[in-house]
Amino acid sequence: MMTDQGSRKRGRRGSGRQESFWGQLTTWLDDWIEINPDGTVTAFSGKVELGTGVRTALAQIVAEELDVPFDRVHMVMGDTQRTPDEGYTAGSMTISSSGTALRNAAAQARLILLELASRKLAVHLDELNVQAGVISANRQPQRKVTYAELMGGKHFNIDVPANVTVKDSQTYTVVGKSTPREDIPRKVAGESVFIQDLRIPGMLHARLVRPPSVGAELISMNEGSLAGVPGVVKVVRRNNFIGIVTEREEQAILAAQSLKVEWRESAALPPMQDLYTTLRSRPTEDNLLIDQGDFDSAWKNAHRQLHATYYQPYHAHASIGPSCAVADVREDQITVWASTPGPYPLSGTLAKLLDVPPEKVHLIHVEGAGSYGQNGSDDAAADAVILSQAVGRPVRLQWSRQDEFVWEPKAPAMVMEVRGGLDSHGNVVAWDYQVWSPSHVARAHSPEQLVAGQLLSGQPSAQFGFSFGAERNAPTNYSFETQRVTVHYIADSPLRASSFRSLGGAENTFANESFMDELAAAAGVDALEFRLRYLPDERARQVLKSAASKAGWESRPSPQKTSGNLAQGRGIAFAWYENDQALVASVAHVQVDTSTGAVHVNRMVVAHDCGLIINPDGLRNQIEGNTIQSLSRALKEEVMFDEWRIKSVDWESYPILTFSEVPDVGIVLINRPDLPAVGAGEPSTTTTAAAVANAIFDATGARLRQIPFTPARVKAALS
Amino acid sequence: MSGDIVITVNGKLHTVQSTPDTPLLYVLRNEIGLNGPHFGCGGEKCGACMVLVGAEPRLSCHLPVSEIGRARITTLEGLIEEGELHPVQRAFIEEQATQCGYCVNGMIITTAALLWKNPHPTDEQVRTALDGNLCRCGSHLRILRAVRRAELLMSGKGSE
Repeated sequence: MMTDQGSRKRGRRGSGRQESFWGQLTTWLDDWIEINPDGTVTAFSGKVELGTGVRTALAQIVAEELDVPFDRVHMVMGDTQRTPDEGYTAGSMTISSSGTALRNAAAQARLILLELASRKLAVHLDELNVQAGVISANRQPQRKVTYAELMGGKHFNIDVPANVTVKDSQTYTVVGKSTPREDIPRKVAGESVFIQDLRIPGMLHARLVRPPSVGAELISMNEGSLAGVPGVVKVVRRNNFIGIVTEREEQAILAAQSLKVEWRESAALPPMQDLYTTLRSRPTEDNLLIDQGDFDSAWKNAHRQLHATYYQPYHAHASIGPSCAVADVREDQITVWASTPGPYPLSGTLAKLLDVPPEKVHLIHVEGAGSYGQNGSDDAAADAVILSQAVGRPVRLQWSRQDEFVWEPKAPAMVMEVRGGLDSHGNVVAWDYQVWSPSHVARAHSPEQLVAGQLLSGQPSAQFGFSFGAERNAPTNYSFETQRVTVHYIADSPLRASSFRSLGGAENTFANESFMDELAAAAGVDALEFRLRYLPDERARQVLKSAASKAGWESRPSPQKTSGNLAQGRGIAFAWYENDQALVASVAHVQVDTSTGAVHVNRMVVAHDCGLIINPDGLRNQIEGNTIQSLSRALKEEVMFDEWRIKSVDWESYPILTFSEVPDVGIVLINRPDLPAVGAGEPSTTTTAAAVANAIFDATGARLRQIPFTPARVKAALS
Repeated sequence: MSGDIVITVNGKLHTVQSTPDTPLLYVLRNEIGLNGPHFGCGGEKCGACMVLVGAEPRLSCHLPVSEIGRARITTLEGLIEEGELHPVQRAFIEEQATQCGYCVNGMIITTAALLWKNPHPTDEQVRTALDGNLCRCGSHLRILRAVRRAELLMSGKGSE
């Protein structure tokens, strides 16, 4: 059964550059788990750590199922020569996909080890137990053998069957416990953790000289302007791509600032005030997701008709650390270190960019600053590859803050239009939801989808992959008898756009849950009670009630319209992520200064049900983070542009929430040990904006339908 | 020109190789090989590059290395004494006060400087001190709790 080291690579590891979004799943046990001679366990995942703690959660799963101590499990993640191809780390899928694969692999490994021990110790399987990687006989504890002794450095050489028996979750001792994240001690001590910290012998430094606007063309470049700049190794110019490689980092910064370049720009963007009419007027691909009952006649016969349109601007991922990558392009082997969410897909795309066979590109993921979707990391990897190829040495490319703000793909701008009909008793008799959106997924499967590819080819127009993401949470989970839900995909986004946490889930929930509030107010019914009327599901009801209870929700219709300059209010919002994943309800308590329009959120309460909880404290961390980040987006964030350029280029032109503005966040975790664990990376980012908008309405009677809820917009809504 | 400037970093003398106008950040990272201070914006707006100059938290991404003079520079690494993490670092672990952790350098440096100057700050003083440190992951509440835990540890009332 077991084989020596050399013959183990029958599986997918390092074998292919799969184009599929979720990669190529392998059932080969050795692709997932290795028992090392020193008693440690190496577990391999094709997913990557994006700063959310999945490395710890996956190690917990392996430790649990294999019965080894947590600190003996070492995770190797996102390396095209070492780990399985699991495509992109996205969609809160890491626990359910990689976690499930690792759980099954660990269970199979444990079973094989027990069978080996049974033979070796001459004790029946049922008479054996495992503790901390040691198998011993129940009645004769001195008869024992370790995992490491049984394996002897060899491999399992077997598949994981689909029907492998895993542990009953009721017996868990590691999964479900708050396990401190293994990365935090290294991060607070200043160890080398991030891609920005990586240093390769002989490495040069580089900065880019990007065009001032997307689509600008290079007219002239005066290399003589760098005469006084020391350390310049090469100015790499290919069509509209310019990068400068230097001996030292500060030289690259100085050179990039000093290089005299002339660009021809064009007014290619719509005026910002016309953004939403532009989105509505572009050609669309229309998908009717739900068409239940006869909406048109129900709408016509409704006692009251409500109609509202909601607006979501472009948002920046705005990672705190601008993207960085290191590339070493040699004749025989190309090695790229990058904080990409998709090591395998990116390695294939970079191979196409360089026109080399895919197996020549070894892509190694190294953690970057939190990315929350697709930031500039893949683009930076391509830039680094081009620069290393040009100088024949390893190059570390660091994007500037402005590079990141201007050139990262943005979360798409969207328009959501909702119509709802009430009967004379205040029941919802008709619901029509339409959303206009660019695709939320534009992952780089071809070089033209990377900024460098566009600059090289001189083809600035963003090309999109398949249309995806705007349907997420476009349908609600409310039991409306007559409803229609339509997604209109815009083929051509004014700004380059790609995935940001929850894709369209947050924006659709903002619209759906704001409109539910508008209907509840029109019906004169408490917002919580109104929602519960259309939610027969017990889990959904419990999430909403738990949030309301912790928030001290008092039942009454909105608005309450407090008197005085400082109006107080509370709002609630609910989402069932992707309609069948995690459930979330948020309550916001706000204070609105009606003289200035300033909104201060005093407290958020979030109730969360994601099935079985793997790491309660890690989950709380994620929920707090999602809540604060989505509050920042709702209150402050909007990518500004004019017809020529993106104007949000730094933290002053794209401010985010600061410590003085952050509210308290109360959390209720609902654990469901009997149900599968589903992702928690994104769901709690969806409900914040609507909860806050609904609270502003409760406080003032003013309805905010456009994100962000700036003081100017609040004042306009008040008058 | 090069070789004239000597700075004191984490208790050790370092002869600067780069030009005098080079921002301190790049000397710390690329000459000394430190990882604590991070490049975040290059415009003194986010706090990721913070170091202590004397007891003052300073942004290092623009500060020319020639302006340091004899001041002692302490980075995140330099807070560790004889292998023992500083109480603020311990507090950040105990409160699990990061997500991605890229900004945590500035958070810890600011907190250490604040608690030296003001061992028992009000909530408003803590938030104000940290307002120049941006966090994109939304770890703010944990960081605020870590400051409180550090306050206890530094006044000898903590868990250790």
